[in-house]
Amino acid sequence: MTALGDGVKRFAGFWYAFVVGDDWTIALGVVASVAAAYGLLEAGATESWVLLPLGAVAVLALSIRRANRRAS
Amino acid sequence: MHWGGTFTTTFLASCVEAIEMVAIVVGVGAIRGWRSALVGAGTGFVVLVVVGVAFGTALTAVPIDALRLVVGTLLLVFGLQWLSKGVRRVARKGLAGDEEEDVPEGPGATRFGLDWTSFVLAFKGVLLEGLEIAFIVVTFGSTAGRLPVAAVAGSAALVLVATVGAVFHGSLTRIPRSVLILVVGLLLSTFGTFWAAEGVGIDWPGDELALPVLLGFFGAAAAVLVSLQRRASPVLAAQAAA
Repeated sequence: MTALGDGVKRFAGFWYAFVVGDDWTIALGVVASVAAAYGLLEAGATESWVLLPLGAVAVLALSIRRANRRAS
Repeated sequence: MHWGGTFTTTFLASCVEAIEMVAIVVGVGAIRGWRSALVGAGTGFVVLVVVGVAFGTALTAVPIDALRLVVGTLLLVFGLQWLSKGVRRVARKGLAGDEEEDVPEGPGATRFGLDWTSFVLAFKGVLLEGLEIAFIVVTFGSTAGRLPVAAVAGSAALVLVATVGAVFHGSLTRIPRSVLILVVGLLLSTFGTFWAAEGVGIDWPGDELALPVLLGFFGAAAAVLVSLQRRASPVLAAQAAA
């Protein structure tokens, strides 16, 4: 691999580790929750604000479950 | 509006934003170290001043919703990562658990000798909240035709809240690390949820009054998850009680 390729790979790896961290499901779940809240808003739902905190707690619970499975 | 009215409304509105800013910087600094958090906060402040000088009263042209969406989403991701670690740690060791090996490793890589996570969180917190204070100053000041009064009020709020944060940050070292991880995870998740939703155009009922409600909601959820963790593993409950 060229030096440029190595540099790009290291750069991408750094940002992946920085944003996504050790549990990719959190980043994916948060983006999905934000997108779903936006979708609800666009569909005309007046209570679309409810979705994001509920989605965040669901993502948190799943992340803890995954961490428990990894540890056992 | 009388100049006193302009000062008071600008000062109080700016205080709310300044408290959010200082809470993030102090929380991140207390857990991950002060140097990177303060360098991040200082850099954010410098960028804020440069943007303020460059844009002046045209500052309201900055796409604040896009900024809220990006910063809020990132804060929510980081907040949930810390909350996940905090819940498992408290379930395992109780609130007083203080072992160093459990410092939240997070996604923090080191760059330029700085803890990047700490730097970026503090930087974004100061930049976003600082911009919101600047908007408040420009909006209230222009509307009342008293921009200098509003600028003094916004600056006074920032100085006051930052001073309170600086005076009391030392007392954070006496708080068990497990509690700090949990609290900072709660704060980041709360602000992240609030800003990300605002970024996509959602209006919170009660506007910023939704923040303490969100904090309570995440706190209750964390308490339930700690309890479920211990129930799932009686060994954890025994360790935490020991």
